[in-house]
Amino acid sequence: MPFINAEAAAKTDYDVIVVGSGAGGGQMAYTLTMGGARVLMLEAGRNYDPITETAMFQTPEMAPLRGASTPDKPFGFYDATVDGGWQVPGEPYTQASTNEAQRFDWWRARMLGGRTNHWGRISLRNGPYDFKPQSRDGLGFDWPIGYADMAPYYDKVEMLVGVYGANDGLENTPDSPEGCLLPPPKPLVSDLLVHKYAGTLGIPVIAGHRAVLTRQLDWKNSPAKLHPGNPAAQQIITADMKQRGACFWTTPCGNGCSIRANYQSTTVHLPPALATGKLDIVTDAMVNEVTLGKDGRASGVHFIDRTSHRNVSISARAVVLAASACETVRILLNSKSAQFPHGLGNSSGKVGKYLMDTVGSDLGGQIPLLENLPPHNEEGVSGLHMYVPWWQYKEAGKLGFARGYHIEFGGGRRMPGAGTAAKLEWLTGGSYGAKFKEDARRYYGSFVHFAGRGEMIPNEKSFCEIDPKVKDKWGIPVLRFHWQWSEHETRQAAHMQRTFADIITAMGGRVRGEVKTDGAKAIEPGGSIIHEVGGAIMGDDARTSVVNKWCQTWDVKNLFLADGAPFPSNADKNPTLTIMANAWRVADHILERMQRKEL
Amino acid sequence: MDRRTTIKWMLAAAALPLARDPLHAATAPKAQAKPYGQDPKLLNVYHPGELWPLTFNAAQRRTATVLCDAIIPADATSPSASAVGVVDFLDEWISAPYPAQQKDRAIVLKGLHWLDRESGRRFFKPAHELDAQQLHAICDDICYLPKARPHFVEAARFFARYRDLTASGFYTTPEGRKDLQFVGNVPLASFDGPPLEVLKKVGLA
Repeated sequence: MPFINAEAAAKTDYDVIVVGSGAGGGQMAYTLTMGGARVLMLEAGRNYDPITETAMFQTPEMAPLRGASTPDKPFGFYDATVDGGWQVPGEPYTQASTNEAQRFDWWRARMLGGRTNHWGRISLRNGPYDFKPQSRDGLGFDWPIGYADMAPYYDKVEMLVGVYGANDGLENTPDSPEGCLLPPPKPLVSDLLVHKYAGTLGIPVIAGHRAVLTRQLDWKNSPAKLHPGNPAAQQIITADMKQRGACFWTTPCGNGCSIRANYQSTTVHLPPALATGKLDIVTDAMVNEVTLGKDGRASGVHFIDRTSHRNVSISARAVVLAASACETVRILLNSKSAQFPHGLGNSSGKVGKYLMDTVGSDLGGQIPLLENLPPHNEEGVSGLHMYVPWWQYKEAGKLGFARGYHIEFGGGRRMPGAGTAAKLEWLTGGSYGAKFKEDARRYYGSFVHFAGRGEMIPNEKSFCEIDPKVKDKWGIPVLRFHWQWSEHETRQAAHMQRTFADIITAMGGRVRGEVKTDGAKAIEPGGSIIHEVGGAIMGDDARTSVVNKWCQTWDVKNLFLADGAPFPSNADKNPTLTIMANAWRVADHILERMQRKEL
Repeated sequence: MDRRTTIKWMLAAAALPLARDPLHAATAPKAQAKPYGQDPKLLNVYHPGELWPLTFNAAQRRTATVLCDAIIPADATSPSASAVGVVDFLDEWISAPYPAQQKDRAIVLKGLHWLDRESGRRFFKPAHELDAQQLHAICDDICYLPKARPHFVEAARFFARYRDLTASGFYTTPEGRKDLQFVGNVPLASFDGPPLEVLKKVGLA
């Protein structure tokens, strides 16, 4: 009986409690249960079944407002997110400043699988430089581990979840060993044009990497590589890999995927973990505290059952927080005791500090070459067939900002939605009537959109803490955010704008809207890109970090973190793949220590 | 312009509830309108009026219809906007309990009212009674904001927004998708990328 209620969980003995069911929690539960540990997963949101709940072939006219974005569904009606968004009713957070530039907006998804149900599936490995940024330019922090420590886990995660891509041998853009990557999808015509014309500017355009099955996983060879010496685990994952469908080249990944052709924790990590019989899941379990035993170890967690509003305590040999970076910080800070009056794991005073998001800025253009093309199917894998990795490592120190960004771009004759053929006046001179219909046909599919995703350097002014006054509807004290971009980020955003304008112009196109050369205006607000990491960073020194290289808190030996909170830097590479690889690495370590009876 | 026609028009206009109190109508959303929340049933098929009450009265509907169809008329390829339910969509949109839609509500209701008034001022009849030439005479003055004369600027803002909404409503229908020759939303055994004729057209083959 894998999905159980709070009462049943309270009566059961567990080796490990995992708080959170997204990328970190899903991978942690998968690895631990495949390794034989008995695990209880606690998810704050409701149960969610992507097989029966996903809107696959629904078209906009079936939805309210033709599926347009609303405050209830910020990414559109059919987006997979349930009970989530930048605001969740009854669960507020606060801002320390009224200055708009110092806002941080916090995205949450209260559902099984969390944000993995709707994410972009972009899966880029951090490169060797990304683990040692401070050594390279003196800014921020190094990780206490290097690329070589993470590489075997990137290999495993790519084989397990299924990531397409190619090996291009570019600087700090790691290749994967043979057998890890699935073939990339064929480029769209807009991709090929960006490739050609960005190439004339010295900007490389290569195959994207996303967690989508462009063909079935290699169930003959991968299981033995994923779980050497563990035939039971191999058998389970072989069977599961056979059941996942390959992409059938339609329907948006952000809606979720009922044929399990892309990665979401609910379709990839949880089914095999449940098949071990070692995983119990309690949903609607709002964890507010890690409890401390007399021996100074975590005794378990305390949560509020959202259905009965009852308080529940559960014990286990070890606790892993993977609640998402900020929620993990919130739980730690709310876990106060005589021994840890400022929150658990916080004797360094660093819990909540060095919160990072990704630098984001975007710009679109209209490309006359793409007008009036013969109709053809351009759905593909619904995103990022190709992308631009950061290409100016050799210019480090000369650009006015540190680090770099990659470029995600896309075009194509997509499913028309609310907004199709809107705001065409700058091209049409305000046509209406028969002429407007001709213009709509002419310009449909002729736009290419560029979005930069860049590295933010951790700073002392970007952090979260417990608001001394405000509590949520469960009575749990909420987070208060402080945020400040530095010039490294704002200048980078301005650089993105200039680069996008250059590429659009090189393609013979026209920029849509304004090229924002003022970085403070070009940059998206904090939290917009939903790549928040940090807040409980890992390091080699207990005075300056919250966890060690095994993401084990310095203060409490059996408490581990497995989401983005331990990241000491936030490379331009989207964090999810690294969260999964790191969670697998930490889970292996926990299993090893359990075998040695150290936990 | 004879006096009798003017009086007839004035009386007709006064009979429109909107015309009596356009500001109130524009700024007062229906009290019972509730957001659909963060966990709506995604697999249901929704129709305008189902989630929140609609707004347009008969006169507003008539004006909304002629303007929709001035923007997207029937042609050899596809039907007109109103023929595929765009007026219902517009009504659903401006009746929705969300900030962006509430902003549009004020723009659209005031704009439709302005159109009838302008139509009466110039031609002594409401917009839905204008012939194509008369309707186009008004539209030509407001269809392009950068070139609108100062006293038409607000109407031109309305027209731009109304055109965007009309297009949104039209191109999200099966007929609209067909008009744009959208190809997709069907499973494929393989994805083959652009055909050769496409590559040739853009100079890549």
